[in-house]
Amino acid sequence: MNRVVITGAGTINALGRNVSETLGAMREGRCGIRPLKCPDVERLSIKIGGQVQNFDETNHFNRQQIALYDRFTQFTLLAAREAMAESGISFSEELAEKSGVILGTAAGGMNTWDDNYRAVYEKGKNRVHPFVVPKLMNNAATSHVSMEFNLRGPSLTVSTACASSNHAIGLAFQMVRSGTARAMIAGGSEAMLTFGGMKAWEGLRVMSKTACRPFSANRSGMVQGEGAGIFVLETYEDATARGAEILAEIVGFAMTSDASNIVLPNSQGASRAMRGALLDAKINVNDIGYINAHGTGTMANDKTECTAIIDVFGAHSDHLMVSSTKSMHGHLIGATGAVELLACIMALRDGVIAPTIGYESSDPECALDVVPNIARDARVVGVLSNAFAFGGMNAVLALKSL
Amino acid sequence: MSVQNKVIQIIADQSLIDVADVTLASTLDELGINSLGVVESIFALEEEFDIEVQFNSNVPAEGDFDISSVASIVLAVEKLVAEQA
Repeated sequence: MNRVVITGAGTINALGRNVSETLGAMREGRCGIRPLKCPDVERLSIKIGGQVQNFDETNHFNRQQIALYDRFTQFTLLAAREAMAESGISFSEELAEKSGVILGTAAGGMNTWDDNYRAVYEKGKNRVHPFVVPKLMNNAATSHVSMEFNLRGPSLTVSTACASSNHAIGLAFQMVRSGTARAMIAGGSEAMLTFGGMKAWEGLRVMSKTACRPFSANRSGMVQGEGAGIFVLETYEDATARGAEILAEIVGFAMTSDASNIVLPNSQGASRAMRGALLDAKINVNDIGYINAHGTGTMANDKTECTAIIDVFGAHSDHLMVSSTKSMHGHLIGATGAVELLACIMALRDGVIAPTIGYESSDPECALDVVPNIARDARVVGVLSNAFAFGGMNAVLALKSL
Repeated sequence: MSVQNKVIQIIADQSLIDVADVTLASTLDELGINSLGVVESIFALEEEFDIEVQFNSNVPAEGDFDISSVASIVLAVEKLVAEQA
């Protein structure tokens, strides 16, 4: 079994166009949730979101690329380029054949679906661009990463709603650990902030019109975001042989299914996933200093998640810091676990714990140290990153500093 | 059909019971309608009456749409129909 480390990270999201901007924003407790800018926004009931700012696709891609790259693929490639540049790894020959890409996404090429539905059904067009299928397919982002960086090994796309990124990173971790793959690019991307995407979410009545306030007694629901988070995973041996800088070590991963409700979370499924990650990592509850929570800001999730944390950690819960960075970047759905992993790296590498902003009043059902509003300097050795998705899909990652 | 009768029909359909078993005093919980059922009922009411209901399942008691009983829902729908006509 190999030790698995992260040697490169990249992102684009509402808080910034790269990792340094994102971590800077998290450190300062800045909010990336703003009034939405999209066509027909007046027809929306929810008018806020964590949109990527000042993004002009023509600044990054040429016309031929744009014809093939949905917004979610564009986010992926920008983040992947940053991660690969930081890592310094390059894929050729045998390494290329033994390395692959696993990415998570919930909605894939939603913008392409949306645009072409509009053309065909609303405007009555009888033809669409020939590349619509390869553009909207859920594996498009994964494929383009594999093509751009010459990864010829095992690659796939995972879809488990809000846990997609954690599942993707977890599976990639398992592959490198077991030697099935030498190195993997893993993460997630999402660009669901289209008019249609927003309308779909509005119907569920779980979104807030004002802010994302995880764990706060006056929380009023989730706020959607968009973006991508991409990481380079390799063995500790390969990384040190290359002299690569190591951001953090992934030490454990567990997946469970609630088998209970299609949207409501279940605390037992969540507890089993956290316990499973600790077991897989062979670490115990006292080794964990920080949990990046799923923390969507809904009544249901936050309460259930806190119950599960206290169930797993018992008395040690009093010494845990648990924050939800969704308060700052929104809920990136399939990409959320990936962007949130950056907060875990910041905790382990930089000794800075990201805050839960927007926290206004304490809820006795969420009686944990949620690092309210202001980031904290603290040394932690072990962290968990939680993802508890619709349909009862739970995925938890455990990481340690080196 | 009056607003009241239509509302009762929609709630009866949602809870899979007879119209006759839905009383004005009934709460949605008593009728076996869970949180997903509430959201679906609101959708059905919006479609039927062509109204827009402000409702957030995280804070159900906030806002004007009172779902505490069938009677309160009928009143809330009548109000929205009048306002949004």
